[in-house]
Amino acid sequence: MLEIQNLSIDYRGTLALHNVSFFVPAGQLVGIIGPNGAGKSTLVEAILNLVPVTQGVIRFKGISLKRQLLKTAYVPQRSYIDWDYPVTVWNVVMMAQTVQTGLFNKFSRQAKHLARTALERVGMYELRHRPIGELSGGQQQRVFLARALAKEAELLIFDEPFTAVDRKTEDIIFDVFQELRAAGKTLLVINHDLGDSLAIYDQLLLLNKRLIAQGTRHEVVTSDNLERAYGRGLTRVFA
Amino acid sequence: MLDWIIQPLSLTFMQRALMLGILLGILCAVVGSYMIVQQMGMLAHAISHSVMAGLPIAYVVGIALSFGALIAGVISALMLYLIESRSRVKTDAAMALILTSFVAIGVTLVSIIPGANRIDLLHVLFGNILGVTMKEVWWTLAVTVVAITLMRLFFKELLFYTFDPKGAQASGMPVHFYNASLIIAMTVTIVVCLPTVGALLVVALLVAPAVTAYLLVKELHQMMWVGSIIGSLSSVIGMYLSYYLDAPSGATIVLVAFCFFCLAFLFSPSEGLLVSFWRKHMRSRLSMPS
Ligand SMILES: Nc1ncnc2c1ncn2[C@@H]1O[C@H](COP(=O)(O)OP(=O)(O)OP(=O)(O)O)[C@@H](O)[C@H]1O
Ligand SMILES: [Mg+2]
Repeated sequence: MLEIQNLSIDYRGTLALHNVSFFVPAGQLVGIIGPNGAGKSTLVEAILNLVPVTQGVIRFKGISLKRQLLKTAYVPQRSYIDWDYPVTVWNVVMMAQTVQTGLFNKFSRQAKHLARTALERVGMYELRHRPIGELSGGQQQRVFLARALAKEAELLIFDEPFTAVDRKTEDIIFDVFQELRAAGKTLLVINHDLGDSLAIYDQLLLLNKRLIAQGTRHEVVTSDNLERAYGRGLTRVFA
Repeated sequence: MLDWIIQPLSLTFMQRALMLGILLGILCAVVGSYMIVQQMGMLAHAISHSVMAGLPIAYVVGIALSFGALIAGVISALMLYLIESRSRVKTDAAMALILTSFVAIGVTLVSIIPGANRIDLLHVLFGNILGVTMKEVWWTLAVTVVAITLMRLFFKELLFYTFDPKGAQASGMPVHFYNASLIIAMTVTIVVCLPTVGALLVVALLVAPAVTAYLLVKELHQMMWVGSIIGSLSSVIGMYLSYYLDAPSGATIVLVAFCFFCLAFLFSPSEGLLVSFWRKHMRSRLSMPS
């Protein structure tokens, strides 16, 4: 399904990713872990055509992903968004349908129905007229989850969706992930935490400039691998 | 009082100034709203000064001065982009450098090119709404109509792009095109405002009404509506002040706009300084045991 071959990314001299290759079948929930600056965000941004690829191929269903960006949905890292922007919850979710709707067209009834269903799924429909800045961190994250759902994508990418969220939001996000996986979607999720939250993933990618390890939690989270990714110190706590 | 308002309107130049002031209020609020949510205020400031380099050159080549100003403004924005993307120099330093260098080019050329010293630098810097021609009013009308039409046609795309540029790009939107379009719209607006408020103060017309509206409303399109009303009122009130006080119109208009901002800052129902202070005071009094 998602196929990455020999991917390298270079930011004006700083090597962010080196020769990363992996394969993800459809219907899998994949966690990406690694220390700060490991290139986790860079990897998903390269997949989404947000940073120029120095070398390598990115294919989805055998075709270059660049040509089918509408099949992807992306929830960026919290810090990328200006939360004081004057926009309501409803209009944020409608952004999912902006490109499909096309220039000069109004949103169709179908598009609005998708937005409504998505907002109801995450329990935010009642707050649809609220400005995005007047929500809690968890509620904001749920609005972005709804936006990803309303896009009806096949490949969904989340950059640290669990930062600054409460327990309720965490549960909703987990449930939605399971539903999407059951529906045959592919999910890539950057996760900061190395604890029990990793149990939900079918597959883990451990990154530090290179792909250190790939596989199940038990295969990846070993003292040997963690030492190679994080250096000494962390290993005793987790393995 | 009524006479005070009506009497100047019998003068043709005051009628023109009135029309122009209302149009500029609308145009600046629409473009200025995007400028604020995109955080392009400093860029607007740099461009507004850089346009001065284009005036003497346009004079020599024999094209309209405003066209020269527009080209200089766009070139300065391109140079900023180049410096930022191809070096480690930060935006802030690049802007200070480009702004001052373009002003220096303008001032130097005005003095050394034969005949170019007929360009009145004081007028370029401060403008004068009471001296506008009918042609300028028509131009402003045309630019305003085009700007509003484009904004309406591309509203949902621009909302997505300005709120979440990465998300927009990841959906395959041509984000560089939208960014360049916003910068060009801003430059055109600056050039159109130049004869009225001058290079030194033009950014205030873009910023003040839109940012005042930002304090009062919750959505981008409301910011444009409310900003248009505040901007037009500022222009008209400022124009009367300029007429009666015999002060430069650019300065009086900007001062009126700033007064509106201060009022919103203090009394905005959602986040005004005095309003929240008053609320806290009342709450503590209510919760006090009697
Ligand atoms: N726009 C950029 N220009 C230059 N270097 C960058 C840029 N973005 C990231 N980098 C560098 O690339 C490397 C990888 O960064 P990236 O943001 O992908 O890490 P990350 O794994 O997401 O880290 P975090 O856990 O902090 O989010 C870092 O060394 C960073 O300094
Ligand atoms: Mg990151």
